Amino acid sequence: MFAYYFQLGLRSLRRNPILTALMVIAIGVGVAASMTAYSVFRVVSGNPIPEKASQLYAVQIDNYGPQHNKKGEPPDELDYTDALALQQTHKAIRETSLYPVLLSVIPANADLRPIRSSSYAMYADAFKMFDIPFLYGRGWSASDDQNRTPVVVIGRALNERLFHGVNSVGQQIDLNGQEYRITGVIDSWDPQPRFFDPISVGPFGNPIQLFIPMSRAVDQQLITAGNTDCPDENNGNGWDAFLHSDCVWLLHWVELPSTADARTYRQYLQDYAAEQQRVGRFEWPPNIWLRNVTQWLDHEHVVPPETSLSLYVSLGFLLICLVNTVGLLLAKFLRRAPEIGVRRALGASRRTIYAQFLLEGAAIGLAGGVLGLLLTGVGVWSIGLVFDARVARLATVDLKLMASTLGVAILAAVLAALYPTWRAAKVQPAWQLKTN
Amino acid sequence: MLQITPVLAALKRHKVGTLLIGLQIALTLAIVCNALFIIHQRVTRVDRPTGVIEENLLTVRNEWTNAKGADLSALIRTDMQALRQLPGVQDVAVSYGYPLRGGGWDSNLSIKPEDPSRAIDAARFFGDEHVLSVLGAKLIAGRNFRADEVRMLDSHDLSSPSVVIITKALAERLYPDGSALGKPVYVGSSATPSTIVGITGNMAGFSAGTWTDATYNYVLLDPTVLVDKANAYLIRTQPGQLDTLTKAAPDALFKINRLRIIPDAENDGVRTFAEVRAQAYKDDRGLALMMGAICLLLLMITAAGIVGLTSFWVAQRRKQIGVRRALGATRNDILSYFLTENLVICVGGLVVGTVLAVSLSQWLVMRFEMQRVSPLYVLLGAVVLLLLGQAATLAPALRASRVPPVEATRSV
Repeated sequence: MFAYYFQLGLRSLRRNPILTALMVIAIGVGVAASMTAYSVFRVVSGNPIPEKASQLYAVQIDNYGPQHNKKGEPPDELDYTDALALQQTHKAIRETSLYPVLLSVIPANADLRPIRSSSYAMYADAFKMFDIPFLYGRGWSASDDQNRTPVVVIGRALNERLFHGVNSVGQQIDLNGQEYRITGVIDSWDPQPRFFDPISVGPFGNPIQLFIPMSRAVDQQLITAGNTDCPDENNGNGWDAFLHSDCVWLLHWVELPSTADARTYRQYLQDYAAEQQRVGRFEWPPNIWLRNVTQWLDHEHVVPPETSLSLYVSLGFLLICLVNTVGLLLAKFLRRAPEIGVRRALGASRRTIYAQFLLEGAAIGLAGGVLGLLLTGVGVWSIGLVFDARVARLATVDLKLMASTLGVAILAAVLAALYPTWRAAKVQPAWQLKTN
Repeated sequence: MLQITPVLAALKRHKVGTLLIGLQIALTLAIVCNALFIIHQRVTRVDRPTGVIEENLLTVRNEWTNAKGADLSALIRTDMQALRQLPGVQDVAVSYGYPLRGGGWDSNLSIKPEDPSRAIDAARFFGDEHVLSVLGAKLIAGRNFRADEVRMLDSHDLSSPSVVIITKALAERLYPDGSALGKPVYVGSSATPSTIVGITGNMAGFSAGTWTDATYNYVLLDPTVLVDKANAYLIRTQPGQLDTLTKAAPDALFKINRLRIIPDAENDGVRTFAEVRAQAYKDDRGLALMMGAICLLLLMITAAGIVGLTSFWVAQRRKQIGVRRALGATRNDILSYFLTENLVICVGGLVVGTVLAVSLSQWLVMRFEMQRVSPLYVLLGAVVLLLLGQAATLAPALRASRVPPVEATRSV
């Protein structure tokens, strides 16, 4: 029966080719616009570390005070004094301060130019905390952190470039004129958005290729490649003065597996800030925040306004296409009132009428979906024209997107067919037969 | 012409179809006028002047790889000298921060010492005494920096400068009575003042900013070269030499010293000012483009919907049309009947659409900090949709007007 109705549906589609084409185009275009916008939206609003999103927390401590902070909210980053104090007390199971640095690999061959790679300075805990996968070797040890050892973990792409992909653990490379020993090579790792630091270069940077101990980076006076925000600017007497200033430039992450751990840690932060107030460093009561990954990304507004705006506009567009399709389907179905009358008179139940017309709607949805797939392909391909290249490179057409394109198209068409079908099923056989 | 009563009577028998067209027109108006307004706003932004002579201007970003312990100011001087000697180069400046660079240093400014409460946030461009002339920015009062006023500092040794140049917009903001020249300004809640020695015409800050940004032209020039920062060499080329120098300048720099990073154009390395501008406004242009495409498609779909439903109505009423024709109605009467019918539906839809458009705009204001849509755009959208509705009805209505009176006598 199903196959028969589907056939009827297809035949009916052929009967009014222009009307059918209009509906198919409306659904195809509407769905394609929505799915293209969604392909970007799902990346920028995605959860970059689903297993641990509620166990990793970003720490904020108000070292600015009510006079300088933004509407009572502590700054997004920490100053060196606070970050170092937290790291040394190490109350969490794992924790790390981190900041982006500018590191360049200097090839031994004097004819070659230095290679700049996206680089971070952090503590040994970070590898396990962030579930960073290793291809060869491992991260450095806590004693390397303490001794400021020149060690480095490099990324897969850089390992390909420098060592043709072979195991390079134990080799030395020249970073900014200093020799560093490679302790590990990480596999492809590129969380999007970059939850652990959405601030410095924006939430959608290139994959990180170099990690060095933060103690070493500070020792080498490597300035941050990200933001530095200072309540007062004129801290001005060299590196040590900068380290002791109120300028914020570090992120601090802690791993707290249970809510009880989180509660304990929050209390510790509270006590820490209270202590700072007691010794006179802060002239205000404790103002601290502990945000897990989800809350943090929300707080940082990682979804660009252009992206959500496009999504809303294209959804509105789809809605109009649907209203349009309802009207056209109504016209199409009711034009066949005499035919329905004959079928009903010959014994077809309302149910069968429902089945037949909804299937016809589904057939239109399927055709619209196929067109939508093509247009979505074109749309995703041309996203680079509209959005920031760093965001655009993340939007891809995969099986899931293709399936949802078809699914949304069919669902939309069936929804649009509901009312017209109901009207069609209400046709009175006797009346139709009489007027004919 | 006035057939409103019969039109209304007929529409009552097609409630759903009428409602669908009306709804479609309402939604289309809501989206189209907001989209047009967004396009207008973005396009005006893109056209804002930068205050820079944009032709024949090249930016080369340079970062040193072995920064620690090196005498960076000497390296920078050597670079500048070499760049000046390249054929086709008119003048060279070094700067951290230039219009539309994308990111940079901003400082709080006030006209009283250590007064953060009423501070004004402004973009701070660091550079030498050549920056103004290379950019082609005009001084409208005062003087340029002298060579002996230019400091070469590590960014961690920075203090407030003794002299500064500010843009006209910033001068008027700091000293609304127009007396800024020669007056003090306190940079970054400093205790020591900097003297305003020059005022330039307006110049864009380092970022295109958000679309509500009123501080676009608030710029302060600081005669300091921050040697450890990602400085750019700004090169004013002779006409026609831009393309050659895009390659020649970085090559020359690498020849002097390879221990540096000059990123490619994609990573803001070597860019002509045209590329700087295009990159700064990419999102605006993209959004305007997308909104434009959606508007166009939307209008087409809505028109198609009207054609479809009106055709259906015409087909449904062939008999009635025949009767009217037989009773003496002219073709024009039939034509104007359908046009009036569409007009009635459109006006209804547009009234609802105006309410929707205003609420949508309200929501956009709240959610995206946009400006409220101007009534002019709602009006413009309404007129466009009205004309579109009439145009879309024309073909089916003409077909209706050609129904012969004899149709009245056909029973099947």
